[in-house]
Amino acid sequence: MINSSLKQLSQMLAKKEVSSVEMTQTFLNRIQQYNPTINAYIALDETKTFAQAKAADARIASGNAESLTGIPFAQKDIFCAKGWQTTCGSKMLANFIAPYDAHVISQFDMAGAVNLGKTNMDEFAMGSSNETSYFGGVKNPWDFDRVPGGSSGGSAAAVAARLCAAATGTDTGGSIRQPASLCGFTGLKPTYGLVSRYGMIAFASSLDQAGPMAKSAEDCAMMLNVMAGFDERDSTSLNHPKEDYTRGLASLQAAQPLKGLKIGLPKEYFADGLDANVGAVVQAAINEYKKLGAETVEISLPNTELSIPVYYVLAPAEASSNLSRYDGVRYGHRAAEYTDLMDMYCKSRAEGFGAEVKRRILIGTYVLSAGYYDAYYLKAQQIRRLIADDFTQAFKKCDIIMGPTAPSTAFKAGEKADDPVAMYLQDVYTIATNLAGLPGMSIPAGFSNGLPVGLQLMGNYFDEARMLDVAHAYQQVTDWHMRMPEELK
Amino acid sequence: MTLNITDIKRLAHLARLEINEQEAAETLNKLSGILGLIEQMQAVDTTGITPMSHSQDVVQRLREDVVTQANRREDFQAIAPAIGNGSNEPATQDGLYLVPQVIE
Repeated sequence: MINSSLKQLSQMLAKKEVSSVEMTQTFLNRIQQYNPTINAYIALDETKTFAQAKAADARIASGNAESLTGIPFAQKDIFCAKGWQTTCGSKMLANFIAPYDAHVISQFDMAGAVNLGKTNMDEFAMGSSNETSYFGGVKNPWDFDRVPGGSSGGSAAAVAARLCAAATGTDTGGSIRQPASLCGFTGLKPTYGLVSRYGMIAFASSLDQAGPMAKSAEDCAMMLNVMAGFDERDSTSLNHPKEDYTRGLASLQAAQPLKGLKIGLPKEYFADGLDANVGAVVQAAINEYKKLGAETVEISLPNTELSIPVYYVLAPAEASSNLSRYDGVRYGHRAAEYTDLMDMYCKSRAEGFGAEVKRRILIGTYVLSAGYYDAYYLKAQQIRRLIADDFTQAFKKCDIIMGPTAPSTAFKAGEKADDPVAMYLQDVYTIATNLAGLPGMSIPAGFSNGLPVGLQLMGNYFDEARMLDVAHAYQQVTDWHMRMPEELK
Repeated sequence: MTLNITDIKRLAHLARLEINEQEAAETLNKLSGILGLIEQMQAVDTTGITPMSHSQDVVQRLREDVVTQANRREDFQAIAPAIGNGSNEPATQDGLYLVPQVIE
């Protein structure tokens, strides 16, 4: 059961081969067995979880089930879920019980899905290794000495270790795709604005986007059907017509299902900085795509390297503004001792935030401070346009762009923890799509020295359905996405 | 642009973050590395390029100025932090939030 697709789980429930309560128990047993080691979940509440499973069984019995009804999911702890501890991986919110549901949570609830628990993450989603979490690091299920990636590291490990049927994540600079690459599963960051940010704790509002983390493209398509949609409570939610992201999957049975597809290969993504073994796995995946009928064309995204400096101006600037709400007055951490109001603010924030969050707040404060705005923030926004224009030019020559998701496989815990710049370079291939607002995906493409390697797919705006088709076609002829660590079987 | 310890302390004050000498020194070291990375931007000629604040060319939606949310003050006040300074009471009273006195 643990290695089944969402479609198979849904069929098992519909045929009454298993109840939602039994399916939920299976995953909770695995969580009990492995979570003390892996640390993927930071909040569990069996009473709430089983109440949802029982309600799902009743709904299935009454004949009103939808495709995800009764299936147990893990939710990244960045999403407010009413009555659940919602910490965003921070001491600042360690005791915060959300008084309302995020849009994503209510969409899963309405679909009748079961919430298994809240997953660990880098503090306020700031990190690429899950090591900045107040609740401790997460182990990569493929090698416990290594990180799962981040910031959605808990969701990533939960999917890879089969501690859930699938999970949600968020991606501001690569936080769904990089962990998907490092843990060997399929993750999708949708077009900015496709999934509502309501109730999703803000990091960098012009970049944050929620998406599915699952075994396969088909699973991601089924989840995106539930997650996507206009929501007036998010001022940047896009009024895009509802789509069925699974609509093209069934028709990919021909010998060359991708005949005519033009894949753009950005030369900057295969240059210095890419691990040679990772490059070879990515190249082999692209060769597989040629067998499926696709053509490749070399393209250039000349401003790729600038995406990191631009991101480390824009994201901290937005973060320093967003995180100013944590002042110890209405919710969150308040210092135990203080002399006056200013002291209360400064102590509460100093105690509540971890080192990386403080660093980003300080960078953001610096680049937005009087006299520096034009040199940093405005300049970064101008280069952001150049980066977005690179993609506009590229998509005149190709339908989809492919390359590596991350420059290396999973690194050892502690290896980059003390070197922020080295950590930031993990996201060199993923940040540009966030800046441009484009959809990006990572799919398992093989292994290097026993560790998973991801292939990144980047599409044009609202081209998620085609990206999912292209990923699915590959997953029909390969089984990398079905592999799981032997010791966890 | 190089920063010094005084700059770090000034930024920490602006950001309302208490910082001690040791933290300020460590922060200076790390921030200098990050700002070095950011400096790469200055080599790019951006004359005449319109800044991009958002990936989609959309305008702010407007709605009628009417009440759309129920009053949930009690729910929200139930999660107020403890008052601190020796008290574990929630920092609310008569529907208001309690903070240290700011006016004599």
